[in-house]
Amino acid sequence: MSSRLRRALFLPAAVAASALLLAGCAAGGSGEPAADPDALVVYNAQHEELTQEWADAFTEETGIDVVLRNGDDSELGNQLVQEGAASKADVFLTENSPAMSLVEQAGLLAPVDETTLALVPEQYRPASGEWTGIAARSTVLVYNPDLISEDDLPASLMDLAKPEWKGRWGAAPAKADFQAIVSAVLATQGEEATRDWLEGMAENATDYRNNIVTMKAVNAGEVPVGVIYHYYWYRDQDAAAEDSGNTKLHYFGNQDPGAFVSVSGGGVLENAPHPDEAQQFLAFIAGEQGQKILGEGYSFEYPVGSGVPAKAELPPLDSLDAPVIDPSTLNGPEVIQLMTEAGLL
Amino acid sequence: MLAVGALVPIGYVVQAAVAMGWAELSALVFRPKVGELLVNTVLLVVIGVPATVVLGVGGAWLVERTALPGRRTFAVAFAAPLAIPAFVASYGWASAIPSISGLWGGVLVSVLAYFPLAYLPALAAIRGLDPALEESARALGMGSWAVFARVVLPQLRLAILGGALVVGLHLLAEYGAFAFLRFDTFTTAIVTAYQATFAGPNAAALGLVLAVLCLVLLGLESLARGRARYARIGSGTPHPPARLELGRLRVLTTVGAIALVTASIVVPLASVVRWLFRADATDLGGLAPATVQTLGLSIGGAVCAILVALPFAWLAVRYPSRISRLLEGSAYLASSLPAIIVALALVATTLALAPALYQTAFTVIVAYVIIFLPRALVPLRAGLAQVPESLEEAARSLSVPPWAARLRVTAPLLMPSVAAGGALVALGAANELTATLLLAPTGTRTVATSFWTAASSLDYPAAAPYAVLLVLLSVPAVALMFANATGRSLR
Repeated sequence: MSSRLRRALFLPAAVAASALLLAGCAAGGSGEPAADPDALVVYNAQHEELTQEWADAFTEETGIDVVLRNGDDSELGNQLVQEGAASKADVFLTENSPAMSLVEQAGLLAPVDETTLALVPEQYRPASGEWTGIAARSTVLVYNPDLISEDDLPASLMDLAKPEWKGRWGAAPAKADFQAIVSAVLATQGEEATRDWLEGMAENATDYRNNIVTMKAVNAGEVPVGVIYHYYWYRDQDAAAEDSGNTKLHYFGNQDPGAFVSVSGGGVLENAPHPDEAQQFLAFIAGEQGQKILGEGYSFEYPVGSGVPAKAELPPLDSLDAPVIDPSTLNGPEVIQLMTEAGLL
Repeated sequence: MLAVGALVPIGYVVQAAVAMGWAELSALVFRPKVGELLVNTVLLVVIGVPATVVLGVGGAWLVERTALPGRRTFAVAFAAPLAIPAFVASYGWASAIPSISGLWGGVLVSVLAYFPLAYLPALAAIRGLDPALEESARALGMGSWAVFARVVLPQLRLAILGGALVVGLHLLAEYGAFAFLRFDTFTTAIVTAYQATFAGPNAAALGLVLAVLCLVLLGLESLARGRARYARIGSGTPHPPARLELGRLRVLTTVGAIALVTASIVVPLASVVRWLFRADATDLGGLAPATVQTLGLSIGGAVCAILVALPFAWLAVRYPSRISRLLEGSAYLASSLPAIIVALALVATTLALAPALYQTAFTVIVAYVIIFLPRALVPLRAGLAQVPESLEEAARSLSVPPWAARLRVTAPLLMPSVAAGGALVALGAANELTATLLLAPTGTRTVATSFWTAASSLDYPAAAPYAVLLVLLSVPAVALMFANATGRSLR
């Protein structure tokens, strides 16, 4: 049996292996796959689906190819800093501001074209003009009404560090999204209060991998409340409400850190191999067509440029009563440091 | 030179630690979070390794030496989970039982995914045993259990230790499966720290602790292996063993074997297939380019790993010395670190020394060679050891030049080992996640990274086609491994 089986298995496997070896050598000889040197390289920390839509529409309009390198805000931001002038990146897109500020402070960004800046209202971009806002997202508390009544919800995000919230909330501290919220806590409450709050969080909260998993856990009744960004909930409601059907949203308002509106950034690298195309791409995103792709498409994030309105289901951006924070003052590295000290990372 | 390449990751971790200085390093290492990770990781290994050994050795024993019904089917089925990457298995389990998480979730999924790594060497070793020894023991009045414990197990010691070591190192290095199940180990925490800071001090400090854990595991194995040797003069002509009738245990063991196959193959595959039926046609567009890129990178990795492993194996077999042993040891040590550390080391190294190589297919392949070198080395070494040097000498005595003798006599005899080693490396490379994500040229999407992107955002239907593809791509290599394990006794 075994000798038959062995022969039966071995021969095709060996043939396949040698054929693959040959193919590999041939491929190795003809150079590396995929990388088109003329393509615009976008380091993308925004949602891949959205940026891909932008890229496809941009390519269709201009004939310029775009390739994405996908990752997280902090990961790609720190990577750009590490790469410095050796970077192959043309454009950097983030979900939040701190990673963009990090790259800006390292002196790696080129000024954004004035015409592009003019498309975006001042409160959604840094005064420096080194990058611009391209979208916005609001912090929300997602809760499960079967487990907690509306009256028992916390008045402030800061309350979640109190002992009575032990084991009763979830978030995704490893993700840049949540780290941006912490940066808002830091900007509005100061270092000491932030430190205390993070220690309370380490004590109280359940770690989830990302916003979707957090929302799903609240939906499944694992924890009564979770801190996420608004659009995950609206997207899921718009689909089959499979992961949010048992949940509602609570907006903190009141200029609470929990009402923080996070600005997604777009910037052009100082050493971009394709600087003109990079500026063109950013102008496209902030322009009417790009903002409509964002506002009318699958995203459910808030457009910030060219006067394009958000989806009708969303509460208007200016009704959220968010704390007023200059996006370029949000500090990523200090937040990471504080979160590491608190044992969250 | 080769050994230097293999030691880049170790050098990176040590250098990062030295650069940090003791104060910062100790602040990062001696904190509650690291204690938590240490407890998690150690528990995982302490529970997971014995469990995989019991399942693997028990399974091999059942299919080889007992009258278990359907044993031929089970013999293949126990190896089959190797074709399902652990992170696909965890996706399958998590979508079947959404609440599965934490230590027990991690132990369950990883034991089910990795027990074949203990099963295959045990199977090969049991097939190689001469049943005459067991019969003598029986004739001297030992019962079945006593024969197993006192005659069979000691002869399997090396195979068991080897399997346990491989499983242990896999448990330390696994990222995807545990990230999915919300079970924090050093490796998942390193990836998290990396995402927060990209090669920051926190990632390096955690990497240092993990490197120490890997060393402890390697040391424990070599300690347990000891200097004891088993000697036999010639292999004789073993006759087929008498199969043990299971008697009252027959039903119980059959149910157990079915349960094991169900949990390790049926559950993950059923989830994958269930989601596959809900996949959009639009989800399928990326499959072809991802397959091409995966094949290109993994075959490139396999070819290069074989080329690098050949001189190592040659030295070890033909010129055994302290230096060749040291070289071989360095290859194992470097590859025992998780891929994320190897990748971080290569990012730092290429950026500092050869920016032109940064984010190229070349660097990805270098990473694959470092991570998977032992997979090529082990079969090559074994294959080379079986080619009698006298054949080459005979050719040379017929005035064939040495290089031609090697090419015409030794190389063809080595081909099966080359194929086996290459297939193993390609299998590992095709399933590799973290190093590929970090090092690949912008725009690269392998099957594994595409699967991971979709599965991470809980888009199960979009992930399913990639999961199926990963399994299909793995089948030939697993078949080869199985053929190798079951064929050895016949030589």
